[in-house]
Amino acid sequence: MALFARAPIAPLEYSRTLWMRLWVGAVMVFLYAPLVVLMIFSFNDSKRNVVWRGFTTKYYEKALGNDQLVEALINSLTIAALATLASLVLGTLAAVMLWRFRFPWKGAIDGTISLPIIVPEICLGVAFLMFFAAVGWPTDLVWPFNLGAITIAHITFCFPFVTMVVRSRLATFNREQEEAAKDLGASEAQVFRDVLIPHIKPALVAGALLAFTLSLDDFVITYFTSGPDTITFPVKVYSMVRFSVTPEVNAASTLLIILTVILTFIALKAQGVKAIAETH
Amino acid sequence: MAEQDWKTSKRTFAAVSLPTLFWVVVFFLIPMAIVWLYSFGENRGLTEIEFSGTLENYKRATEWLYLTIFGKSFAVAALVTLICLIVGFPVAMAITFASEKWRPWLLLGIMLPFWTNLLIRTYALMMLLGTQGFANKGMGALWEGTSWIKTLVGLQPLPTWEPVQLLFNNFAVVFGLVYVHLPFMVLPLYAALDRLDRSLIEASLDLGAGHFRTIMRIVVPLAAPGIIAGVMITLIPALGAYLTPDLMGGTDSQMIANVIERQFKKANDWPFGAALSFLLIYAMFILIAIQSMRKKVPEVR
Repeated sequence: MALFARAPIAPLEYSRTLWMRLWVGAVMVFLYAPLVVLMIFSFNDSKRNVVWRGFTTKYYEKALGNDQLVEALINSLTIAALATLASLVLGTLAAVMLWRFRFPWKGAIDGTISLPIIVPEICLGVAFLMFFAAVGWPTDLVWPFNLGAITIAHITFCFPFVTMVVRSRLATFNREQEEAAKDLGASEAQVFRDVLIPHIKPALVAGALLAFTLSLDDFVITYFTSGPDTITFPVKVYSMVRFSVTPEVNAASTLLIILTVILTFIALKAQGVKAIAETH
Repeated sequence: MAEQDWKTSKRTFAAVSLPTLFWVVVFFLIPMAIVWLYSFGENRGLTEIEFSGTLENYKRATEWLYLTIFGKSFAVAALVTLICLIVGFPVAMAITFASEKWRPWLLLGIMLPFWTNLLIRTYALMMLLGTQGFANKGMGALWEGTSWIKTLVGLQPLPTWEPVQLLFNNFAVVFGLVYVHLPFMVLPLYAALDRLDRSLIEASLDLGAGHFRTIMRIVVPLAAPGIIAGVMITLIPALGAYLTPDLMGGTDSQMIANVIERQFKKANDWPFGAALSFLLIYAMFILIAIQSMRKKVPEVR
């Protein structure tokens, strides 16, 4: 792509003007340079992270050999998967409720459902810490049940996002399809399964991706709800960053970045960039 | 499309509403209510807390020390939002007016960091900004270069380069928050600009307004809802940010979330922490109320 346009620049082709390109380029460098440097230096054969001393994969071996780190990653993925599944169910039900029915206190209920999106993470974390302490939630359960508290907290802040995405998709649903299905003898459950679900499928994919990454990403709420035996990946990385910055963190981070990129591309394959952009 | 009255099919309504309502009440409203109750309690001994209905915690929260921290958090969040808006607006414009071929890739470019783990992004930035990091090395090289040019033209060379402390201060907190929240701003701006009627911009340009004037007088007012949405989406998480000030800030760059955390993890003063949490939530509500008030104004006119 030539930096200088061949055809004269039309007035609205802002993206073809030089200063715009420089600006966008600078922003992209700003966004990506730290991540790229982090990934490159995960292969650096030096403990101090700053000078390139040759290629090595030993920090990947070290990261993957670090039982605590691997356990934390498995915990994180398990929680994310469970939270995504539950958020999809709850979020879809809530979206259908708000889209289809008229009922008393609707405005208040609608507002309350989206409240977890607005309430600051730190307050939600504090609330769960106090809640689980107050109800005396058992902390000595076996895996995976010991992840219950964190999973519950994650579902609470993930499912409103699913509701949001599914609801905007439902707005484009043609009610006549539902009526036609019913005229042809479909039951309420059949209409839901065979007509409504196929229509909102793209929103479900987007919502699932959103919930999964939000759950995987969360540090603050997990930090307040996790016990000594239920360390998640962000909590583990946090303590590693806090106490000693090692190339091991770089290696582990690179693996997670790659996972994010793979997930993103799966979502893109399923949906296309534009549809996903619109869900934000 | 008309909504169905819930009474006409109670069973379906119950099936879709009960699970959600149960979840919201038990795992959101009750925890929040507990925090609210604790904020009126006081510590009795190490683990016991008495709900005495005292306002002592709120009184303590209005002490000068905590007021300045609240004020500072607002100032930092507002500054971060402003920088994100200034940096993000041209990017959103560029995406909107990019060719069909480029637009998805630019959008993806903005969204990928949005999906990358916050902690990892913060850590990556810390690596870059450290005294041994590339930001310092780059500036050092520029400094050496200037010094060399000065000696070439016969001037005194500059004093030797001292690495600048880029981390663990207020600058780092603002820089880190901008880095983290920039995608939050660009995406709603893009969504608003994409809906814009382009013929209005063309008309303005045809009638002799320059690009800058067209943007300020035509594009910005029309995209105002998107701009406000972007501002809120950036301002609210920035105000409650914990991780960035914790990892990148110094001792004087504590934000309100760090103070709340300390009440629970170190100071062990849950009632006071609960009061601070609720003050932060009230602040959010005020911001949202201001936003919804502004939304209604143009409709009235």
